Amino acid sequence: MNILVCLSQVPDTTTKIAFSADNKSLNKTGVQYIINPYDELALTKALELNEATGGGTVTVIHVGGADAEPVLRKALAIGADQAVRIEAEPLDSRQVAAELAAYIQGQSYDLVLTGRESIDYNCGLVGGMLSQYLDWPLVNVATSIDPAGQAGVLAVSRDMDGGREKVEVSLPAVITCQKELTEPRIPNMRGIMAARSKPLQVVSPQGIGPDLSLLSHALPPARQACRYFEADQMDALVEALRQQAKVL
Amino acid sequence: MRTDTYQHPDHYLVDELLTDEHRLIRDSVRQYVKKELSPIIEDYAQRAEFPKHIIPQLGAIGAFGPSLPAEYGCGGMDQISYGIIMQELERCDSGIRSTASVQGSLVMYPIYKYGSEEQRRKYLPKLATGEWMGCFGLTEPDHGSNPGGMTTNFVDKGDHYLLNGAKMWISNAPFADIAVVWAKDEAGKIRGIIVERGMEGFTTPETHNKWSLRASATGELVFSNVRVPKENLLPNISGLKGPLGCLDSARYGIAWGALGAAMDCYDSAKQYALQRIQFDKPIASFQLIQKKLAEMLTEITKGQLLCWRLGVLKNEDRATTAQISMAKRNSVEIALNIAREARQIHGGMGITGEYPIMRHMMNLESVVTYEGTHDIHLLITGMDLTGISAFR
Ligand SMILES: Cc1cc2nc3c(=O)[nH]c(=O)nc-3n(C[C@H](O)[C@H](O)[C@H](O)COP(=O)(O)OP(=O)(O)OC[C@H]3O[C@@H](n4cnc5c(N)ncnc54)[C@H](O)[C@@H]3O)c2cc1C
Repeated sequence: MNILVCLSQVPDTTTKIAFSADNKSLNKTGVQYIINPYDELALTKALELNEATGGGTVTVIHVGGADAEPVLRKALAIGADQAVRIEAEPLDSRQVAAELAAYIQGQSYDLVLTGRESIDYNCGLVGGMLSQYLDWPLVNVATSIDPAGQAGVLAVSRDMDGGREKVEVSLPAVITCQKELTEPRIPNMRGIMAARSKPLQVVSPQGIGPDLSLLSHALPPARQACRYFEADQMDALVEALRQQAKVL
Repeated sequence: MRTDTYQHPDHYLVDELLTDEHRLIRDSVRQYVKKELSPIIEDYAQRAEFPKHIIPQLGAIGAFGPSLPAEYGCGGMDQISYGIIMQELERCDSGIRSTASVQGSLVMYPIYKYGSEEQRRKYLPKLATGEWMGCFGLTEPDHGSNPGGMTTNFVDKGDHYLLNGAKMWISNAPFADIAVVWAKDEAGKIRGIIVERGMEGFTTPETHNKWSLRASATGELVFSNVRVPKENLLPNISGLKGPLGCLDSARYGIAWGALGAAMDCYDSAKQYALQRIQFDKPIASFQLIQKKLAEMLTEITKGQLLCWRLGVLKNEDRATTAQISMAKRNSVEIALNIAREARQIHGGMGITGEYPIMRHMMNLESVVTYEGTHDIHLLITGMDLTGISAFR
């Protein structure tokens, strides 16, 4: 299969988030970026699917600036064959999906994988919008993807409220990936070296504008320190819940 | 053991001196260490056992001979990459780094540098994956700092060499498949020879009861009339510069590695000081604790810059033995001091296996002695600057 994996980069989960003075953008000083974890699962799954069937290519694609190239290199080191970066600074999910769709329409992929959401903005929209643009079937929040025994069809399990559903989908299709799908791979030195000579192509954008404009970001209120009460201080506890926490 | 939440200090933005690829290597090895090594290392060290199952993992990640050429199954990376890998491994445990240093710098490097093409092709690919493990036999019971006085020797028996003698304090010896052994020929010249497990008269008794490098296996190499095929002699080197060339490569890795142990102690001490409350405040709010942490970070920062610069020189093939010596000595010394201060910051908790401090501190007592003792490195620097050897 020729598989396209859509990758975004997100701040490392240990990052202390701060915004610029006008609260309109993330303060990027000292921020470490990683591959969005759901996208990393998508990439690993793509490699596994092709290893199992013994053929095809895995391409990773990102819509964004050159600062994302280290994560694309990492994807190549993990095993992707080539990387594409669409040179745009998207402001909302539709813009990303539209740019991706325009690129995909000129290529011949059998399968497009995305993460179920990115762990920074958590919109979870790109996969769905992309399937609409392409008019391909969508399987959302997949926890397993396997060949269905018949060419051009995949068997997919997906999470639903309180349970799990098994479906078959014919290709080409868009599948968004959820935890449990597989274990991410750690790049090794051979992979890192091989990544040096793999193609990373930069593509001009379609110039599709955003639908939304950002007004401001805000951090959640700082968490209060934990206060302890001795077992015999029930009255003081109730008082504090009433007067200070105002939850009673 | 607690969850490994290590983050390296980078006060001078030294990361910016690294390439994206260096950072990717660092993050990958760290990810591997956190996933596979941190959860088990304390347990193996307490039991004084080498975790053998990690050998293929270290091979797969590319920790064995990463800077040797790819055509022999190695990484083909630069010297800074090698330093970074050693740093991440030693951040976990000096014993694990020792295993990788010996394999890469003391076994694979001499075979690559001084070996024949057949020897390279026979040994290097299997050593790179860890299918074969090697050890390096230089030190003898009566010749440590003065290896030139060695008595292990071989004589030419026409179709083979006959090897006799004993080596002591040899890392990886108990399980090694091959040993790169330094021994004198009949003319008294030091030569390198590859001895394989299974050769008659060759045994590797383990050294027990170490209080240091407990997660690394150490042993002796005993040769009693061992018949070694002639093709096992390393053809392209003779004299003490053979083993010393290997030591330059390994010591360079130790300079980066010991700094890793220092950074782990610092990181743990900083986190602990911010969380531990005494007198109703985090102990990090007391001046004496801040002094300790500030001095640790200052030394670490200087060490990072020294190693980085040495790496650049090494990449350009310009690093001298004396420069490497200074960096090895400095990194190990500051790591020992930082481990001791960090242990105090952890109070009583610092002596337990809950934290890595005491393990690092004990490990570093080997690191300060092997590959040239602290004092010998000082004398190497002294010789470099005066032109006079004070140790012979
Ligand atoms: C855990 C461990 C693993 C090791 N692994 C290996 C290995 O894989 N392969 C290998 O070949 N060796 C290995 N070694 C050996 C190590 O390299 C030696 O221990 C080291 O070189 C010191 O030799 P020594 O122990 O005989 O001490 P000595 O040389 O006897 O030194 C004792 C003391 O005397 C001092 N001293 C000696 N000469 C002088 C002088 N001229 N002037 C001033 N002071 C001097 C030293 O600095 C030291 O303080 C290992 C050692 C340990 C502890």
